[in-house]
Amino acid sequence: MTHATTPDSAVDPTTVDPSGAGPARSAPDRPARRSTLVTRTWAQRQAKVGVVLTALIVLIAVIGPLLLPWATGYTATGFADRPFQDTGLFGTDNLGRDVLSRFLAGGTSLLLYSVLATALGLFLGMLFGMVAAYIGGWLDALIMRSNDVLLAIPQLVFALLAITVLGPQPWVLVAVIAITHAPRIARVTRAATLDVIGEDYIRAAEMYAVPRRRILFREVLPNITGPLAVEAGLRLTYSIGAIASLSFLGLGMQPPAADWGLMINENRIALSLQPWGVMLPVLAIAVLTIGTNLIADSIARASASANVGEK
Amino acid sequence: MIVQLIIRRLAISLVILLAISVLVFGATLLLPGDPALAILGQQATPERIQALHEQMHLDDPAWSRYLSWLGGLFTGDLGTSVASGQPVAELVGERARASVVLMIAAALISVPAGIALGIWSALRRGRTVDSAITGISLVLAALPEFVIGIALVALFATTVFSILPAVTMAPPGTQPWDFPAQLILPIAVLVLVVTPYIARMMRATMLEVLDSGYVEMARLKGVPERRVILRHALPHAIGPVAQVVAIQLAWMAGGVVVVEYLFRYPGLGQALIDAVNYRDVQVVQAVTMIVAVIYIVVNLLADIVGILANPKLRTGGDR
Amino acid sequence: MSRARSAEATLTPTGAPMVDGSAWHEQVAAGGDVLEIEDLRIATTAGGREVVRGVDLHLRQGELLALVGESGSGKTTVGLATLGHFRSGLTHAGGSVTIHPSNTTAPALMTALGEESLRRLRGSRVSYIPQDPALSLNPAMRVGEQIGEVLEIHEFGSSEAERIERVRSVLREVGLPDDDAYRRRWPHQLSGGQQQRIGIAMAFAMYPDVLVLDEPTTGLDVSTQAVVLETIREMTVTNRVAALYITHDLAVVAEIADRVAVMLQGELVEEGPTDEVLRAPRHRYTRTLLAAVPDLAGRNRIGEFEARRRAVEAAEADAARTSDPDSGPAAARGEDRPVAAPAPAAAPGDPLIAVRDVSLSYGEKQVLSSVDLTLRAGECTLLLGESGSGKTTLSRSIAGLLDHWSGSISYQGTELAPSTRRRSLAQRQDIQYVFQSPFSSLNPRRTLGQSLAVPLEMSGDLSAAERTQRVREALDAVRLGRAFIDRRPGDLSGGERQRAAIARALVNMPRVLICDEITSALDVSVQASIIDLLTRLREERGLSMLFVTHNIALARHVAERVAVLDHGVIVDDGPTDQVLTAPSNTYTEELLANIPSL
Repeated sequence: MTHATTPDSAVDPTTVDPSGAGPARSAPDRPARRSTLVTRTWAQRQAKVGVVLTALIVLIAVIGPLLLPWATGYTATGFADRPFQDTGLFGTDNLGRDVLSRFLAGGTSLLLYSVLATALGLFLGMLFGMVAAYIGGWLDALIMRSNDVLLAIPQLVFALLAITVLGPQPWVLVAVIAITHAPRIARVTRAATLDVIGEDYIRAAEMYAVPRRRILFREVLPNITGPLAVEAGLRLTYSIGAIASLSFLGLGMQPPAADWGLMINENRIALSLQPWGVMLPVLAIAVLTIGTNLIADSIARASASANVGEK
Repeated sequence: MIVQLIIRRLAISLVILLAISVLVFGATLLLPGDPALAILGQQATPERIQALHEQMHLDDPAWSRYLSWLGGLFTGDLGTSVASGQPVAELVGERARASVVLMIAAALISVPAGIALGIWSALRRGRTVDSAITGISLVLAALPEFVIGIALVALFATTVFSILPAVTMAPPGTQPWDFPAQLILPIAVLVLVVTPYIARMMRATMLEVLDSGYVEMARLKGVPERRVILRHALPHAIGPVAQVVAIQLAWMAGGVVVVEYLFRYPGLGQALIDAVNYRDVQVVQAVTMIVAVIYIVVNLLADIVGILANPKLRTGGDR
Repeated sequence: MSRARSAEATLTPTGAPMVDGSAWHEQVAAGGDVLEIEDLRIATTAGGREVVRGVDLHLRQGELLALVGESGSGKTTVGLATLGHFRSGLTHAGGSVTIHPSNTTAPALMTALGEESLRRLRGSRVSYIPQDPALSLNPAMRVGEQIGEVLEIHEFGSSEAERIERVRSVLREVGLPDDDAYRRRWPHQLSGGQQQRIGIAMAFAMYPDVLVLDEPTTGLDVSTQAVVLETIREMTVTNRVAALYITHDLAVVAEIADRVAVMLQGELVEEGPTDEVLRAPRHRYTRTLLAAVPDLAGRNRIGEFEARRRAVEAAEADAARTSDPDSGPAAARGEDRPVAAPAPAAAPGDPLIAVRDVSLSYGEKQVLSSVDLTLRAGECTLLLGESGSGKTTLSRSIAGLLDHWSGSISYQGTELAPSTRRRSLAQRQDIQYVFQSPFSSLNPRRTLGQSLAVPLEMSGDLSAAERTQRVREALDAVRLGRAFIDRRPGDLSGGERQRAAIARALVNMPRVLICDEITSALDVSVQASIIDLLTRLREERGLSMLFVTHNIALARHVAERVAVLDHGVIVDDGPTDQVLTAPSNTYTEELLANIPSL
């Protein structure tokens, strides 16, 4: 039997000698490096890979258009040669335009509209999700049943219905993708909010008559950033996929616009003859969605480990 | 008790379907200006526009058009295609069968495969197999259908190996499933899109169950590992997984549109794209409703499976 | 031998015990130990930090050894190692666990056996009763089936009928019905106490040689706990099992154990016969632990816990100098003089809070029925109730956290609105409520300074600098120290968090403090120091307090009055001494009779 214990071990760690001069244990130096969602996410290798992949494509999409025609000698819509020729670095497309030029110019629309759709969807979903959870009652029931209605129509089918009626315009794409994301985000937000609302610190805030809006934004919102960040990453991945798919179906960006999805649609008949017209945009979209999905997954892992640590 | 629960779910499903029908019909009201003009284009003669007005009952109030449309849905009259003049039911019926063949084949492969991979991955948590399955499914889950499709076409039908047909070509009078080789790539795309989700969810569910107190207790009771998995862990994963499978089947209804377009497969999706291009609202509405009904039914089945798999719900939770 | 040995026992080990000649019989005949744990070391797989450091334990048949320790001491880890099981993240790092099983002739080295051999011993020769039966019974399996499964796996008996008969008999032994309908029940159809009995039945089904019990009565009500303890004790003796009983509750130890081993941070600091360890503890930690246990008589003054703990330390420091190893206990145990409840700052008199005819129901379920309760100025009332009694509902109704009650609650003669939002600022400031779980009552994303300032911001009459000053003072008052102002709850221990939560209740200089089970989530020594703190705060600030608890043993340590709540009805209400010595109600009597004590 061993009696060798450290002198402090029997001491209740919660006590501080009140008679001592000042605080007995210097508290503030303990949390040397705060472990936040961001640091835990970044600590994963796959997050770094995801960020690099995403950054690469974002860079191409943002800077690409600025390089024309300086870098390639052609504009995005100018004709370089006859269709499907080997001229230039990556050849020409179905109308004889320079593939590289079209590729460099073609990412902006996809990226812009995906981000807009995700942001709008996130805003709507968060709003409805938090309100449904916090107010509860018939409003909750109404919001969640409306969600069920929207969820019953697959995203792409819903988009096709909207495009049939309103035409293939950018704002229609953004709105319809946002509206189809919103119910899913609202569900996640609602569940996360309900978890937080069950906690006593929300009851405490109610007890101190903290205004409801302040409770939502100061007490609830900071505690659901984890699931929301995961949703943002996931929905961005799906937005990119959906908007690119619509363009690929010929129902997104319209000719003669330079757009990756549209490029694939235009050039796929000559896949074996002149693969670059298809493969460049396909690769870019693949790398981009893989990148954003890796980031989303890293956030999910980081926020799961945070929950384990807390309880 | 359990019958009540199921009847309740059924009633909710019906209400949701009704709401969907309002939404889908309401979409036509968003057509800018005169729908007939929008559909026929600027060159249309006043007579044709007038004829279309009568055909679509455009001069009736919206609610009466809605009711006759809804009534038509119940009697199998899905309206008339503006573009081709054919009854929608006729246009859609044949093609729906082709699509369903594709989806069922894909589901038959991806559901068992996803579940098996998910369980395998969960049981080998942290090992190489797990990392490989998790990593690959993460990448596949990120990719849109057409990206996977084009990759497969490039790999197996054109550039690398030229062993499979890149497009479906069924001579008139034949069915697409008369040429099995043509079905391989479309089905493969759907399988590759859907399987990762099922595998990921199955893995997550299994991990949660394997970490539970009753699984630890079963091991401490001396229950053989095989029995721990089959008897103690798996039953608890049935409910959640049924949900995921339902959602994935619905997702496939969207994916099948892209796949059919990519492979020129003569299914419902292809018909839908054509209809959108011709602004053939009647067809799009009908297809949307069909897809929604399928989704609701599949979801309802999943819920019932979940209820049956849970003794707490089954017995009403009374002490 | 009262032990039922199955007749067809052979040398081929099924799980069932042999009639004679096994390792167990040999060891018992020689008067040796059935379970031997020697220098057991368990470390984390990542980093190799030892969480169990050289533990030695020996148990004979029919003996019950209590392994005592607070959270994080490694006691459960030792218990699971006895079954050769290490939770993920932990690994065996040295030493051994040996069991002498009654189904083979050779002893079993649990720390070295392969998975298959271990599996055959688990549940048959060495079995485990877990802490929370609600989590460890499979919700999708009928209870009879779960007991029968053990028998089936370990090849008990020769037929299904024989196994079913054994399920019946073991159900009877643990005091449950043995009919078919009962065996076909699902776990969720049983009460907590019944679920735990199923767990016990499952553990005893195979007539094990060694039994590990991991806090099996935590979470059960006092009366249920008493019966379950009785069952465990009886089954252990009649089945001649060597039982390792893991617990944090020294009062339970006194009731049930033959010997006690005390664990602290992975090490065994003291071991001996129960009487000896509890009466004359040798190690300082055991003394501190004992000094923290509230007793019904109020002799063990936990309201002076801190002062006494320091006295123990001082005595030990002296002892170290004079090399006299045994000079502390008297100081630690306190003189055998019952202490009257802590002196109130002001003479109690005027009713501060008057609860009249308060009822509340959730749908069909009546939670409170016509409750009357009075809280006088400067006085502390202990509101006693078991789980489901409505005590939290009542205290939240008073605090204004619930608003659908009927009846009247008045403060200083003025009727209070149901919810805090409709109460006046002064009322909101005067009545403060502290939540049960300190892990849930503070926002993890905000610093203590931010969280504690909220009540002041809502009062709205102080500048930012004044608010910070108040928060600092409150942190000092709860003995955390003002340096904690920038810390977040995640950096704090449970006790520290609860102090911060109390500090939040103090910033508005309240007159009434409602403490809802605020020590039930904490270790016993932390509980003692929180009680100590509350006592001092009452002296310093003249607070009135409603102390809500399930633990009647705390009564003399904190309260002048006791009110007993049973199923939403106040069944007893009066001065502490009167309620404890001459209860007017059988329910209170029963509670008093069932409470385990040192």
